[in-house]
Amino acid sequence: MVRFENVGLRYGMGPEVLRDVTFGIPPHSFQFLTGPSGAGKTTLLRLLFLSLRPTRGLITIFGRDAAKLAPDETAALRQRIGIVFQDFRLLDHLSTYENVALPLRVQGREEATYRAEVTELLHWVGLGERMHVLPPVLSGGEKQRAAIARALISRPEILLADEPTGNVDPSLARRLLRLFLELHKSGTSVLIATHDIGLMDQFDARRLVINQGRLTVYD
Amino acid sequence: MTGRLRRPGAAAAPAPAPERAGKPGAQAARAGNPAALSRPAGQRPIVPSATVTARALIAVIAIMTFLAGITIGAVSAVSNVAAEWTADIARETTIEIRPGDGLDVEAALAKAVEVAKATPGVADARALDPAATARLLEPWLGTGLDLANLPVPRLVAVSLAATADAGTLEALRAGLTLQVPSASLDDHRLWAERLSTTAHTAMAIGLAVLALVAAATVLCVTVATRAAVDAARFVVEVLHFVGARDTFIVSEFQRHFLAVGLKGAAIGGGAAIALFFLGSTLPSWLSFDRQIDTLVGALTIDLRGYGGIVGVAVLVALVTALTSRATVYRTLRGIS
Ligand SMILES: Nc1ncnc2c1ncn2[C@@H]1O[C@H](COP(=O)(O)OP(=O)(O)OP(=O)(O)O)[C@@H](O)[C@H]1O
Ligand SMILES: [Mg+2]
Repeated sequence: MVRFENVGLRYGMGPEVLRDVTFGIPPHSFQFLTGPSGAGKTTLLRLLFLSLRPTRGLITIFGRDAAKLAPDETAALRQRIGIVFQDFRLLDHLSTYENVALPLRVQGREEATYRAEVTELLHWVGLGERMHVLPPVLSGGEKQRAAIARALISRPEILLADEPTGNVDPSLARRLLRLFLELHKSGTSVLIATHDIGLMDQFDARRLVINQGRLTVYD
Repeated sequence: MTGRLRRPGAAAAPAPAPERAGKPGAQAARAGNPAALSRPAGQRPIVPSATVTARALIAVIAIMTFLAGITIGAVSAVSNVAAEWTADIARETTIEIRPGDGLDVEAALAKAVEVAKATPGVADARALDPAATARLLEPWLGTGLDLANLPVPRLVAVSLAATADAGTLEALRAGLTLQVPSASLDDHRLWAERLSTTAHTAMAIGLAVLALVAAATVLCVTVATRAAVDAARFVVEVLHFVGARDTFIVSEFQRHFLAVGLKGAAIGGGAAIALFFLGSTLPSWLSFDRQIDTLVGALTIDLRGYGGIVGVAVLVALVTALTSRATVYRTLRGIS
């Protein structure tokens, strides 16, 4: 579904953060992306999410060359990718329900057509009772789950999650991992960026390790 | 792809649900806003409107529109007053008869009135009787004056018809020179010229101030709008990342800021219009005497003035909407 070939990236005139990165994300796959802090995990996710252009190399997403996309095509491809940001990025003036419904709303869909779907998903991530609350009153773990629900609502083919367990206790982390595995079983390709060894030890999955700009794949 | 993501039923769900265990109503209490529950979900606008920057923007727009409106009204009032003055001066003129050796003043006055009335373009001519002349001189010479003993000039007040032009005065002057040699025509030319210069200067100053205020208004509104959009940069980013098209984001912001602009402009422009409206009607409501009436009368503006205020309000709202549009596009270009 996604293919990176000899991708290199530098910010401005700085050193190359990523060098000769070559890998692919197959359909229905589950993988961890790991590496020391500052290694370039978030950078790689931004490349995957089309919010950053590589300095070198070729990125193909759903069969399209990422360098040759018009803005509207980028928006359309993004709707097929769900992302959970390290810092959640929920809108504080919208309720949990409205935040989760946002990806559908910006597609111009009528609220009546997705209300049941959003409510169901919110119950599934355990936020059924917190639906009409604004994000500032949510706990860290609740925000995390709201961000995950927002990434899932448009039924993406790929889910990218940046440190999804960075802000939660180990037991909630385990429950979130089960949620991602559940999603993976239902057919979504999942990529979780984390440096939480404990989390990775709980599930034997493919590992992409970034070290000093290079990416190694352990199947 | 449909149905690919089958969500498991509640029993099978491994999902964390720590707060689900029977706490009905707890959420409403914690939300602190029971109305949030009854409101149809998903109706809140995407662009936040209750922020500090948004309120400040409305205030800036209202104040600047008010100031621009006041300026337009003032310039329009000045132009009206100037036009009135010049018209008044041009509509009146006086013939002066200087008493001289053996001159029959009364006969000369009668003759002058006759000549004036016969001149085309003259609406009326009327000799001021000695008493009226004395009244005119009272402030300088005191009461109880016997004009007969003084060489005080006598006057004929001439009112010109609306059709009068420069030719009328020339004809009148020629007629007088011929038939009443002792008369001289005071056409206020010097006074009128000075007055018209003053009026023109006032207009020029007014227009210059208007131009400055208009420039300041546009600048302030532009900068404040940009600041408000920048404060909502996070919203632009999130919308962008959840897959919104640029046109969707831009139109959401533009609609929001057009509404903000119209609201602020309506407040400011409405206040300016109300001020001028009160200024022109209050004196008659309170039946002030004529003195005050003419004083406050300077505040009176005509339809053109009101139109100008409405125009500036619309302009301000448009500037707000277009600035938001440009700023959102710039923000989007900065993101990707
Ligand atoms: N916008 C940017 N401009 C310049 N340099 C950047 C930018 N973003 C990241 N970097 C640099 O790129 C490198 C990789 O950063 P990145 O955020 O991808 O690391 P990371 O693996 O996600 O780290 P962490 O585990 O702490 O989240 C770091 O050295 C960082 O300083
Ligand atoms: Mg990171």
